[in-house]
Amino acid sequence: MSATGIGAAVRRKEDLRFITGKGRYTDDVIRPGETRAVFVRSPHAHASIRSTDVSEAKKMPGIIDVLTGKDLATDKVGNLICGWMIHSKDGSPMKMAPHPALAADKVCHVGDAVAVVIAETQAQGRDAAEKVKVDYQLLPAVVDPAEAKSGQQIHDVAPKNTIYEWSLGNSRAVDAAFASAKHVTHLDIVNNRLIANAIEPRVALAEYDAGTDQLTLWNTTQNPHVSRLVIAAFVGVAPEHKLRVIAPDVGGGFGSKIFIYPEEVVCLWAARKIARPVKWTADRSESFITDAHGRDHVTHAELALDASGKFLAMRVKTIANLGAYMSTFSSSVPTYLYATLLSGQYDIPQIYCEVDAVYTNTVPVDAYRGAGRPEATFVVERLVEVAARQLGIDPADLRRRNFIKTFPHQTPVIMAYDAGDYNASLKKALEIADVKGFSKRKRDAARNGKLRGLGYSTYIEACGIAPSQAVGSLGCGVGLWESAEVRVNPTGSVEVLTGTHAHGQGHETTFAQLVSERLGIPFENVSVVHGDTDKVQFGMGTYGSRSGAVGMSAIVKALDKIEAKAKKVAAHMLEAAEGDIVFKDGKFNVAGTDKSAAWGDVALNAYIAHKFAGQELEPGLKETSFYDPTNFTFPAGCHICEVEIDRDTGKTNIVSWTAVDDFGTVINPMIVEGQVHGGIAQGIGQALLEVAVYDRDGQLVTGSLMDYSMPHAHDLPSFKVGLTETKAPSNPLGIKGCGEAGAIASPAAVINAITDAIGTEDLAMPATAQAVWSALARPQPRQVA
Amino acid sequence: MAAVSMTVNGKAVSGDVEARTLLVQFLRENLRLTGTHVGCDTSQCGACVVHIDGIAAKSCTTLALQCEGAKVTTIEGLAEPNGPLHPMQEAFRENHALQCGFCTPGMIMAALDIVRRCGNDLDEHTIREQLDGNICRCTGYHNIVKAIAAGAKAMAKGGARQAAE
Repeated sequence: MSATGIGAAVRRKEDLRFITGKGRYTDDVIRPGETRAVFVRSPHAHASIRSTDVSEAKKMPGIIDVLTGKDLATDKVGNLICGWMIHSKDGSPMKMAPHPALAADKVCHVGDAVAVVIAETQAQGRDAAEKVKVDYQLLPAVVDPAEAKSGQQIHDVAPKNTIYEWSLGNSRAVDAAFASAKHVTHLDIVNNRLIANAIEPRVALAEYDAGTDQLTLWNTTQNPHVSRLVIAAFVGVAPEHKLRVIAPDVGGGFGSKIFIYPEEVVCLWAARKIARPVKWTADRSESFITDAHGRDHVTHAELALDASGKFLAMRVKTIANLGAYMSTFSSSVPTYLYATLLSGQYDIPQIYCEVDAVYTNTVPVDAYRGAGRPEATFVVERLVEVAARQLGIDPADLRRRNFIKTFPHQTPVIMAYDAGDYNASLKKALEIADVKGFSKRKRDAARNGKLRGLGYSTYIEACGIAPSQAVGSLGCGVGLWESAEVRVNPTGSVEVLTGTHAHGQGHETTFAQLVSERLGIPFENVSVVHGDTDKVQFGMGTYGSRSGAVGMSAIVKALDKIEAKAKKVAAHMLEAAEGDIVFKDGKFNVAGTDKSAAWGDVALNAYIAHKFAGQELEPGLKETSFYDPTNFTFPAGCHICEVEIDRDTGKTNIVSWTAVDDFGTVINPMIVEGQVHGGIAQGIGQALLEVAVYDRDGQLVTGSLMDYSMPHAHDLPSFKVGLTETKAPSNPLGIKGCGEAGAIASPAAVINAITDAIGTEDLAMPATAQAVWSALARPQPRQVA
Repeated sequence: MAAVSMTVNGKAVSGDVEARTLLVQFLRENLRLTGTHVGCDTSQCGACVVHIDGIAAKSCTTLALQCEGAKVTTIEGLAEPNGPLHPMQEAFRENHALQCGFCTPGMIMAALDIVRRCGNDLDEHTIREQLDGNICRCTGYHNIVKAIAAGAKAMAKGGARQAAE
């Protein structure tokens, strides 16, 4: 392994600009003549709009224009869409309600935009926004997803506020297996609603060039090409070839910046209308009521076991809250990203899952780190842990008995696992966590009046999203391949253009490591270009832990073509047969001779084209690949959480965290560990601290960082991280993906540890000190089978 | 509008601002020093931390006019132009203490204030408690804690410039 090649903990190229304040985020881009957009938002969860009066606002100082939902409709700006079709059990298509970028007739959640003020300065815009008079007629709000079907109908297209009633698996076979079971474990689970809260709020800056009829959008997005496609094809504010979307440095995403939001649409529309650049920068309060939220499931789950603890079947019924409108990929999250993972790491012969997706008068819900897979893992790992306790079997042992041990393994819920060694990650985690010493630590804690608990989570996820044909057959509106273009310059330096996008993942470093190793050229001589639809022809962006498994595979394919072409050039230079050229360590050798050509010489010769006939071999050295994976990848591992709880206050202290993950090939272990740390922190946040709370009127009462409890440094431990490795057979590098694992694994580990400590399973997330204290105070001995 | 003058990163600057103009707006919009970021509107996240007369402050909660005559240091002023990085900047890079980089300028400026208040020999508990005013969503803090401990040590060893000038 070279110092900068695959497997090396190379320090990141991108860091220099970030640690010196020279990053260039969207809000740092300032265009000449730039104006500021300030949105007028509904303070009500559900209301019809009787009238909107902007006359006073228009007279305020510094106001260029005030535009409403009616203006948007007059200009025939199209609605935002959800791009993944789900059909109900009865075959009917999902009920997608119209989602205009500015509401004209009715508002459906607090924060729904009804008008936009375009002003010289943000302060002037805010002053004027307060003068816009909207006459609302209030309607009853639907807030609780469990009660949505009986609430006031929100959209004409969706009776009983039901978007779809979907199922996966064989219900009859599952019923039969339950009928024969020796033991059944039941659980009611609420997967708490979360808010991504990337530290950079969303920003959109749109500019119109009348000379070329070209619109440019700088935007905090994880997938600029998808954004451009949806805005061109559905919203229709510009044709695709006249719209450039640039995602510069983006300050975290976690899923919330995948989606196409009303604000970028309005900025594009307004920029053309007023013929000046229009910028909108969210403040955090706006982020809370406009960024898509995550999770929000209400679930009843059952696991059937035989007398030896072998899993026979699983039955799951979930109500998924999708909020007021269907966000870009919202429909896929509680279906194909959720129910398909309910087999976990286990051989479960039969699984049946029903999911009802409902509208409520809350912010739209869509993918948040893990997207469906954390919800599935929480169901599976809580069921398994509780079953083990009820049967008096060691939880690690019950898992071991039921692990899938041979591959490939077809689950009853679509996925075909291709490689893994679940026992290996469990074994290593047991050692690192010193589980053998736990009972002594528990006794010691008890002597100090503290309760100790240990919790496992042996998770699996489906990443490397995704084979296009497979997702197409499941309703996805796009293909999920990835593109790469490798440009070799005449001096031998290389630019790699990728359709993925980094917003913290370090692609500029890891992708350069791959190219450096493969071509044998210095790491410094490789630049990675992303985030601009004028530079990169097309790409699907970054989410679902796909950039390594899919994006880097595309680079590998393009590098294969580069090598093949370069060998032809070298053959002419060295006056040898192409088949005799061997490329190794950045040199082209003629096999069996001492004749060779250096990488830089071959690159130069490809461009000057003096040594070959340009009619027979095209000059230049640039290759493209569109790589479509053959399967999902299946990262898996074991996380073990150890907690100590103060009996008097209910406060949980995480005293130890062990994570052993199998991500397949690791390009940069430093970056991979960082991804694991961040994921665990978000999962611990979900388990202990975070929840988006609405009151009965649909007001978000956790609407700022003062109310919504983000994990701070003092809430978290240091993490013990280990790796095991089975290569992913479905891509050339053997990469599985690491971006979401921590967030998927960790909530179940925390709750399993706390419930182990306090002796009751009746505990919902977030397990705040108050929640744990209350659970301890309830006279509820653990149910024993 | 009112005139305001201050020293930012060693340079005398002045401008006309509204009474309500925040220091962070003055830095970002008037001076185009966009290294200082705004991540929230309730003074929780700490992405906007700068030093005012040597003490860490949240520039989103400070009026520009309050800084009349003050010496302000931002992330852009930590290292000399074309000079070596400040040891705390170097420690953040060496320890992979940043991912998306958005909270990083505020983290580094807050870290220097922790060193000023608590010294160069910092244990994990102290660092975690003292970081209460800064939020990172990417790193889980693990590597930030390591970086601050390492940076603080390096500052003592190298005779580096102290955090607060």
